[in-house]
Amino acid sequence: MTTLAELNSTPGKKAAWWVADIAVVIYALIPVIWTISLSLKTPGNINDGKYLPTGGMSFESYQAIFKDTVFTRALINSIGICLISTAIALLLGVFAAYAIARLDFPGKKLMIMMSLLVAMFPQIALITPLFKIETAIGIFDTWPGLIIPYVTFALPLAIYTLSAFFREIPWELEKAAKMDGATPFQAFKDVIAPLALPGVFTTAILVFISCWNDFLYALSLTSTSAARTVPAAMSYFTGATTYEVPVGPITAAAVVITIPVLVLVLLFQRRIVAGLTNGAVKG
Amino acid sequence: MAEIELDHVVKRYPDGALAVQDFNLTIADKEFIILVGPSGCGKSTTLNMVAGLEDITQGELRIDGKVMNTVAPKDRDIAMVFQSYALYPHMTVAENMGFPLRLAKVDKATIRQKVEEAAEMLELTQHLDRKPSNLSGGQRQRVAMGRAIVRSPKAFLMDEPLSNLDAKLRVQMRTQVSRIQKTLGTTTLYVTHDQTEAMTLGDRVVVMRAGIIQQVGAPQELYDAPKNIFVAGFIGSPSMNFLPAQINGGQVTTALGTVDLPDELRRAVESRGGGGEVIIGIRPEHFEIGRLKEGVPGGRFNATFDIVESMGSDIFAYFTLSGSGAKSKELEELAADTGQESLGGDGIQVGVRLDPEARVSDGSTAELWYDTSKLHIFDLKSGENLTHEVAKASSAASTVDGPGARNASAAAASAAVGDGGADTAGADPLRKD
Ligand SMILES: Nc1ncnc2c1ncn2[C@@H]1O[C@H](COP(=O)(O)OP(=O)(O)OP(=O)(O)O)[C@@H](O)[C@H]1O
Ligand SMILES: [Mg+2]
Repeated sequence: MTTLAELNSTPGKKAAWWVADIAVVIYALIPVIWTISLSLKTPGNINDGKYLPTGGMSFESYQAIFKDTVFTRALINSIGICLISTAIALLLGVFAAYAIARLDFPGKKLMIMMSLLVAMFPQIALITPLFKIETAIGIFDTWPGLIIPYVTFALPLAIYTLSAFFREIPWELEKAAKMDGATPFQAFKDVIAPLALPGVFTTAILVFISCWNDFLYALSLTSTSAARTVPAAMSYFTGATTYEVPVGPITAAAVVITIPVLVLVLLFQRRIVAGLTNGAVKG
Repeated sequence: MAEIELDHVVKRYPDGALAVQDFNLTIADKEFIILVGPSGCGKSTTLNMVAGLEDITQGELRIDGKVMNTVAPKDRDIAMVFQSYALYPHMTVAENMGFPLRLAKVDKATIRQKVEEAAEMLELTQHLDRKPSNLSGGQRQRVAMGRAIVRSPKAFLMDEPLSNLDAKLRVQMRTQVSRIQKTLGTTTLYVTHDQTEAMTLGDRVVVMRAGIIQQVGAPQELYDAPKNIFVAGFIGSPSMNFLPAQINGGQVTTALGTVDLPDELRRAVESRGGGGEVIIGIRPEHFEIGRLKEGVPGGRFNATFDIVESMGSDIFAYFTLSGSGAKSKELEELAADTGQESLGGDGIQVGVRLDPEARVSDGSTAELWYDTSKLHIFDLKSGENLTHEVAKASSAASTVDGPGARNASAAAASAAVGDGGADTAGADPLRKD
C-alpha cells in the first residue's frame, strides 16, 4: 500500500516540485534582474532593448547618484527615520502585545479593534489632515513628521505578530519566575523577553521594511531634502533633459536601497530560530 | 520552615465558578501534606492560593502567623514545582537552578556552591551545562526539584510533580521526593492524583471533592476509618466494595445474605438514627476463603469467581453478584474519575483479596467468609459513614502508635532543630520507601 508521503517522494513528484519552485523564483526575479541590468548599462545602451547589459557594463549611474547629495542625504534620512520608527514601534508593540496576550483588562477588546481599525484605514485619506496638523505644529518636513505616522501604522502589525509570539510562551514559565522571586518586570526581562526574541526580530524586519518602502507619506509630508527618504527622492531625480526619464540613476538607487533590507534579513534570519521554547514544558 | 494555616479560605473565579469552599487546614512545620481528589476538585486552585498565584476570595492564609493574602508570590518565600516542570528553555540546568538565587542577589560563588550541592543531591552534576530541551523527562523533573530546593524556602508546593513520568521513573522519583523532604525537613504541600503517592508520601492526606475537604488524616486513618462513602471509595486500591443493604433490627441483608451486625456497629448505626436502606462497604482484604476461617464469626456465602489473579503473596479474585449495585452520587463521581463507568452493566462486581492458601481458580466456586466487624455502613442519602467512630477506634488500637503519636513525633521533631526531620521519618511507621 502506498501512502501519501510515499507518493509525494517519488522522483516524478520531486521533479514537479522543482519545476514549480524554479518557475516561481524566476517569475519573482525577472524584474529584479531587469532593474540591476538597467542600472549597470551605459547611458547610451539604456534603450537597447536587451535584457542583460551585453553592450558594455559601467557603474556610471551609481557614481552619479552618490555624487549627488540629494541621494546620499535621502539615504541617511531613510536609514535614520526607519530605524527610529522600528525601535519605537517595537518598544510600544512589545508592551502592548504582552498586555493583550497575558492580561485581562477592561477595554482590551476595544483596544484590539482600534488597532485593527488603524491597520485597515486607507492611508491616503489621512494625507490632507496629517499635512494640516503637521504644518500647524511645525513638524512638517522633519524626521518626527515621518516617524510619528510610521509608528502609528507599524504598531498594529507589531502588536499582532508579537502577541502571537507571546501567546506561544507557556504561562507557567512566568508563574515559575514569580515563585522564584522575580518581580513582574524581572520575569518579563529574564524569562519572557529572551523567549520572545525570535518574534521581536521577525517583527522588526516586517516593520522596518514597511517603513523603508513607504512612498506616500515620504512624498507628501516632506518638501525638501531635510526629511525626504529615498523612495520619495527618487521621484525627483532629473534626467539630462526634461523629456528624458533618468532610468539609470533610478534603477541604481533602487538597487542600493534594496541592500540594507537584504542585509537586515540575512543578519536576523539566523536569530529567528524556531523551537526556542522546546524543553520548557514536557512536550 | 514554616507553619501554614488556611482559615476558612474560599475561591471563587471571576466567571463565578466556586473552586474551593471553606478550606480549613493547619499544616505544621516540617509536615508533608498530600492533597488528593478527583480532577477539577480544586487541588491546584488551593495550591495556587498558597503560592499567591491566585487571589483568595475569602478567608485568611497565614504563614508563621503572618497574614499572606495580599503578599506577592515573590515575597512569600515558597518554592513551587510545576506539573510541566516550567524550566526556562534558554538557560542551562545550572542557570535554571541558580535563577532564584540570582534574583535574590546572592553572590556568584555562593550560587555556584549551592547549585552544585543540589545537583549532587539530585544526581545532576554532569548535566549542569546542558539545556532543558536535551534532558530526559526524569532529569527535567529533577532540575525542577533542584530549582525549588536551592534557596531553602519556607515551604515546597508541588502540583502533580511526577504525573508526566512513566510508571517506573515515578516510583524512583517518589522515593527521591520523600528522601529530600525528610533530609531538608521543609513543610510541603503536595498535590497528586496517585493513590500510592497519597498513601506513602505524606504525614497527612487531605481528600477533596468539588472544592470541599472531605477528610483530613493520616493515610492509614483515612483507609481504616473513612468519614464518608467518597473517601472510602477514593482511598484504597483495589477499592472498597459497595453493596446496597437493608438494616432490620440487629441484622443486615445484602446480596451476600443476611447476617447479624456486631453490637458495636449496631449501636453506632442506631445512635446516628440510621437503619433501613443503607450502603455497606467491605474492603477486599476483609474477605477470606471460608475453610481458612472455620468457626470465626462473620458472614458466609458461596461465590463463583470470574477472574482470579494470583500475585504470589495474595490472590485477587473477582465475582459478580446478581442484583443492582449501590447507587450514590459520590460513587458515580468516583467511577467517572477513574474511568470505570458502568463496567458490569447488570450485577455487582466484587473484588476480594485472599490468602494464597485459598487455591481457587477461574470459574471455581468456593465458600467465602467476610469480617462483619470491619463493615462500613454508609447513609444512603448523605453518604456519611455511620460507623466512622467505631472504625476510628479500632484503627487507633491496631496501629502501634496511632495517629496521636504521629503528631507527638512531629512536635518533637520541630523542637529538636538539627536533624529533627530525620527523627520524624524514623519514628513514622507509615512512611515506607
Ligand atoms: N482560571 C479559572 N477560571 C475559572 N474557573 C477555573 C479556573 N481554573 C480552574 N477553574 C475551575 O475550578 C475548579 C478547580 O480547578 P483546579 O484546577 O483547582 O482542579 P484540580 O483539582 O487541580 O484538578 P486536576 O486534578 O484536573 O488538576 C474546576 O472546576 C475548574 O473548572
Ligand atoms: Mg490541577
